Amino acid sequence: MTLDYVIRRVGIFLLVIWVAASINFFIPKLAPGQDPIVGALLEATQDGGVAGDAMVEIANEYKARYGLDKPLWQQYVIYLGAMAQLDFGVSFVSFSSVNEIILTRLPWTLGLLGTSTLIGFIAGSILGAFIGWPYSPRFLQGFIVPSFLFSAVPPYLMGLILVYLLAVTFSVLPYGGGYEPGVIQGWNFEFFISVLTHAALPAMALVVTDLGVRALVMRGTILSLFGEDYIKHAENRGLKGWRIFALYGMRNALLPQLTWLALSLGFVAGGAIVVEAVFAYPGLGSALLQAIHGFDYPVVFGIVFLIILSIAVMTLILDLVYPLIDPRIKYGKKS
Amino acid sequence: MNLPILIKRSAMIQKRALDGVRYLTEQRMLFIGLCVLLSLALIGPIGSLFIDVTLHRPLSGAFSAPPSSTLPLGTDTQGRNIFAVIVAGVPLTLKVAFLAGSLGLTIGAVLGFVAGYVGGVVDTVIRTASDVLITIPTILILVVVAVSIKGLMSIDAMAITIALMAWMGPARVIRAQVLTLREKAYVDVSKASGMNDFEVMWQELLPNMLPFLAASFVNAVIIAVLSAVGLQALGLGPTDAPTMGMTIHWALEHGAVLAGMWWWWMPPLTVIMILFIGLYLVATGLDEIANPRIGHSS
Amino acid sequence: MTGDVLQVKGLQVYYGTREGQVNAVNDVSFTLEKDERLGLVGESGSGKTTLATALMRLIKAPGQIKGGEVLLDGKDLLKLSNEKMRQARSTEISMIPQGAMNSLNPVMRIRDQMIDTLRDHGVKRTKSEFRKWAAELLERVGLPKEVAGMYPHELSGGMKQRVAIATGICLNPKVIIADEPTSALDVVVQREVMTTLRLVQKELGASVIMIGHDMGLMAQFTDRIGVMYAGKLVEVASVRDIFNKPLHPYTQLLIASLPSLEAKEVFRGIPGRTPSLLNPPPGCGFHPRCPKAMEHCSRLVPALQKMATGQSVACHLYDETTDSTDSPGTSGNGELKIAAPQH
Repeated sequence: MTLDYVIRRVGIFLLVIWVAASINFFIPKLAPGQDPIVGALLEATQDGGVAGDAMVEIANEYKARYGLDKPLWQQYVIYLGAMAQLDFGVSFVSFSSVNEIILTRLPWTLGLLGTSTLIGFIAGSILGAFIGWPYSPRFLQGFIVPSFLFSAVPPYLMGLILVYLLAVTFSVLPYGGGYEPGVIQGWNFEFFISVLTHAALPAMALVVTDLGVRALVMRGTILSLFGEDYIKHAENRGLKGWRIFALYGMRNALLPQLTWLALSLGFVAGGAIVVEAVFAYPGLGSALLQAIHGFDYPVVFGIVFLIILSIAVMTLILDLVYPLIDPRIKYGKKS
Repeated sequence: MNLPILIKRSAMIQKRALDGVRYLTEQRMLFIGLCVLLSLALIGPIGSLFIDVTLHRPLSGAFSAPPSSTLPLGTDTQGRNIFAVIVAGVPLTLKVAFLAGSLGLTIGAVLGFVAGYVGGVVDTVIRTASDVLITIPTILILVVVAVSIKGLMSIDAMAITIALMAWMGPARVIRAQVLTLREKAYVDVSKASGMNDFEVMWQELLPNMLPFLAASFVNAVIIAVLSAVGLQALGLGPTDAPTMGMTIHWALEHGAVLAGMWWWWMPPLTVIMILFIGLYLVATGLDEIANPRIGHSS
Repeated sequence: MTGDVLQVKGLQVYYGTREGQVNAVNDVSFTLEKDERLGLVGESGSGKTTLATALMRLIKAPGQIKGGEVLLDGKDLLKLSNEKMRQARSTEISMIPQGAMNSLNPVMRIRDQMIDTLRDHGVKRTKSEFRKWAAELLERVGLPKEVAGMYPHELSGGMKQRVAIATGICLNPKVIIADEPTSALDVVVQREVMTTLRLVQKELGASVIMIGHDMGLMAQFTDRIGVMYAGKLVEVASVRDIFNKPLHPYTQLLIASLPSLEAKEVFRGIPGRTPSLLNPPPGCGFHPRCPKAMEHCSRLVPALQKMATGQSVACHLYDETTDSTDSPGTSGNGELKIAAPQH
């Protein structure tokens, strides 16, 4: 792993964050008519009453902080500075700090997304390897049809189907929410079970679709790997079938599989957001949805930025880890 | 014209045609995929023969009526005739998909080509832009745009935004192809025989890139449908359009799933699934042509 | 013959393509004695690599071994169960691959790959015993023991080839097939590799089938040479005889076209093109290009016949006739030893 490579990767990381912040800044300003944020502020301040007063305060603070009366480029610089400190401001709707909202929601999303992606990746890769390997038992190879179907359906639609089947028609699992209303939050057993059952459907939706995609990609990699000379040589040496499959086949296919994972993080995140929205799961996704409908701009931009930031960080980590796993890159040419 | 020549010629033409058909049918996935997409495309024109398309609007009939002989797919809580919604909406959904896909492909192909052919700083810039944008989920950008335009989101606006985020895939592929083909001797030969850069591009490189262009196009369309439907499901699409995504959104908003109004959300969902399956079949089929592999799947 | 380690009888390997059947190996028979080094030469497409793959029983669809016998010490390899054949690979018969460039697993260390061969053939040792063994094996092929811990991309072509030799001999097989072991290497490294191979073979007392198209290399290494053309063995003779008095017109042209014994590009100067194995020429496969072709060469397939001198050749020029007044070739009443025309 050369210094060049690291610099480039970190450079791209910084660029991504900068682009994300800039998009959040410029697109509203480019909207036809008035700056929608200003518009929202104005509307809110005209409401009057308790909310109205608080809103006026916020509006004034907003103007001061972000310098809405100053020239555009200055506003931009101030804004970038705020982003760099992860200061997303205050919600127009609930008046709590955006960061607070995010922090409450984040664990839910991380839990759901993290475990689903992990399970989907591992299960999908193994299944895909079996499907692609010419010597696997027939019934395993048959899994390609469901894999194909599952990968073709976006997770939120899969969620709908699952809801219909498992929550409505056969009331096996609960629909909606993160936990049963009325259950006390905290480290107690009831809550734990409640969380798990409520997370089951969204998780299943995410896992099943993710699994399908990973399986298909792995299958493709394994298939193209199968003609490689070292596989033939392994067979020539009379190595056992499972060893060739696992150590000579899968082990080599894992590398491109990880690359693919890094590239697809954007889609995974996007899909998870809509899944959360569909299931009213109390994570960042549904928070985003509520904020959108309420035109709660600080929350919208805060969450959008945060999601992009997370993806960028994960991509950077994967990019830096990959060379460590591939011995061809780790150990350069010696003799 | 004398007879033997005629017979020979028609035999040749027949053989070529048969070869073509045989090739297509052997590429089963591609063929089936295309058939699927074609049938979806026909829903609009053929369906409008059976029903007055304006019935897709609210207040077109009874409320929340389940399917019956007069209402093949029933109505929703606002009186929209679901069958009309499907007939009117499928062409719209397809339009967004293919419009965004084509735009994305064009932008991507041009950028990818320039990057590969010209190289140098231009290449670095385009490649960096591509790497940066690919990390950002399209749907988030759509969200930001939708929130900023405040309800003025139109089909075209969606298509353009998606296209601006979908060009990276085609660009990457085209650039790689251009780089590979550039190495090949025949470019030098063509240049030596007096063709200028542009001619070389047209006559030598493009035909070789067709399968890759086609594959990239389909992938761009897939991304487009994913993002567009996702955005609409969140409720941020064009509110009046009876597209599949918006219909699902209204169904969710009005609790159709829990209320058991399966005829409201199942049709659009089925259409979307069929669309994806068709697209994926075509994509896999094209992939097999571009990268023929040892093993075949079912 | 009792000294024979390997007897191949009537081996046929066909590929089924959309356009028809391709006879890659068409009724090939030969024997290999203990300690013998047999060279197999031929153009690309002559079937030599297919033959090697068939001996290892690793022909894959759409290819198929259609018939014949491969007797290794009396046991027919073609009749073994899959598992028994797997066990036989490396222990009884092994193949040293062509172009070891990509034959080594890029993500495994050299010693782990070598040890794998042992492990999967029932050898149980402790980790340190395995490591010691790997180091010793590498030394046998002239490589420093540090190589054991390296990854394939860290080695040069010649080193990789020697690793391949090492894994090919580690279980003391009776027959070693070396498929163009030096094709991608420069001349100096070639020599090193061939020396290693020769040394190792002597130590083991194994028989070697060496496949290649470098006649010069063959001359230095082998005892006998078999010439293949269009899927058939057209001549088998001792090295001396092949070079000094080649019988088959193809062999004669081969020898004649050698500018010098060290040449690599041997096939300049033979007019015509490699025959299509899909639509092979009727009769003798070489007749379209043969300067000595006779009328019946295009109708009847010549069988491999053993001459008094010990050479075997498949050519109508050497068909024995009882009526000596008939010149070979005239369809007359002379009893020609004719093989049944094949199709």
